[in-house]
Amino acid sequence: MSTPTPSLLVDDLAFAYPDGHQALYGVDLRLEPGERVALLGPNGAGKTTLVLHLNGILRGGRGRVEVAGLPVEDRNLPEVRRRVGIVFQDPDDQLFMPTVGEDVAFGPRNLGLPEAEVARRVADALAAVDMADAADRPPHHLSFGQRRRVAVATVLSMQPEVLVLDEPSSNLDPAGRRELAEVLQALPITLLMVTHDLPYALQLCPRSVVLDGGVVVADGTTRELLADPELLAAHRLELPFGFDPRAVS
Amino acid sequence: MGAGHGGGLAAAYVPGDSPVHRLEPHTKLVAVLTFALVVVATPVHAGWAPLAYAGFLLLLLTVAGVARVRPGRLLRGLVVEVPFVLFAVLLPFVSRGPRTDVLGLSLSESGLAAGGSILAKATLSVLAATLLAATTDARGLLRGLERLRLPTVLVQILSFMIRYTDVVGGELRRMQVARESRGFRGRHLGALKVLGPAAGSLFIRSYERGERVHLAMLSRGYTGRLPSGPVAVAGGRAWATALSLPLAAVAVLAGGSLLG
Repeated sequence: MSTPTPSLLVDDLAFAYPDGHQALYGVDLRLEPGERVALLGPNGAGKTTLVLHLNGILRGGRGRVEVAGLPVEDRNLPEVRRRVGIVFQDPDDQLFMPTVGEDVAFGPRNLGLPEAEVARRVADALAAVDMADAADRPPHHLSFGQRRRVAVATVLSMQPEVLVLDEPSSNLDPAGRRELAEVLQALPITLLMVTHDLPYALQLCPRSVVLDGGVVVADGTTRELLADPELLAAHRLELPFGFDPRAVS
Repeated sequence: MGAGHGGGLAAAYVPGDSPVHRLEPHTKLVAVLTFALVVVATPVHAGWAPLAYAGFLLLLLTVAGVARVRPGRLLRGLVVEVPFVLFAVLLPFVSRGPRTDVLGLSLSESGLAAGGSILAKATLSVLAATLLAATTDARGLLRGLERLRLPTVLVQILSFMIRYTDVVGGELRRMQVARESRGFRGRHLGALKVLGPAAGSLFIRSYERGERVHLAMLSRGYTGRLPSGPVAVAGGRAWATALSLPLAAVAVLAGGSLLG
């Protein structure tokens, strides 16, 4: 092959829920290794549906999804779920074990890794999100921002190919938002970030994809997309008051 | 719903570093269970039964002393026993058979003995369980249960209960604050019309959370069993220490039946 295998390849993906509601009408998306991409779009655009296809929670529609060359199919599910780390919006949904350390160990143990390797991965993942000393604490003793970062660690410990974040900045205070951005910026990993927070997209992701009505309606550099008022208005995307994407260096 | 007061589960544990705290949880679980069985096995109508109860109590107080669990903590543990106390108090009034007069009340003798022994046995067992809860954190108890081969599904349910008590409790409190902020006062029967749907919506929220948690678990390779960490192995010494409580209780029982 002339081009390297993409981290994530979504080809003509269409999906309708059992109740007949069609959420995706043929989505194409390609993420190169190490790329950081924001997935933008109004509520109901199909963003969550798309995300749940990336690790095979939802299947059975038209089209195909490949993670680093591996097709998302029944027989590949364990490996696909290792390769795609999804961080859900509410950290209380993501952190279900009694302590932070056990939660971060949940994925690696499901992979059947030996205990020494599990311990090493837990330590590395917690260090990567700047929560190294939290391993023995119960999740409900952490601040919301800390829980969000630990949620990122719970998938990092599986050493994924792609990190998918659902609304990573929601409900964070400004300091928590900045701390998470610093953590994400330092990760050498392919990143897909679903967000309504356009400045956050600009800060973290050089490229953005706009999904609306179940199709990709725009794909380009975040800076150019955010500087296009007609595009934003057409898809219910809004910049915060006074924010000028061209003024950000 | 006991979830209203935050950290209800965590509050049972008294952090410490006594020999009792350090024992492997599963040995303590076995010790408390056997102790309770020995207590229950004490014959109700034997004349020496009250002495045996006193002996058992002395054993528990010794353990509490070693574990540095304060008497106040033990007394609070007894609160769960209140319904049994009510039942035990009723027995002397409703039982048949020969009667005796106590403070001008005519009470059944066998009822008095039965009520007294229910009370004593329940109190002793609850005290032992309180000691266990005070010296073992919730997570340790889970590991102990797992180690004793309790079905994994039950251990998982308990584990989720511990994790989400505070989360659901928090939701309950926020709903309560939102209600009261709009002038609601739940002090009359009509309030049930409001509280019913509130309980319903809390249930639906929790159900939906359950679905989201399941999704998050699947996304991290969950296949139906929670992976457990390294298994703690209890040596003979730990077992001997833990089982010294029920064995001492057996000695008390044997002593009573030999002398009595």
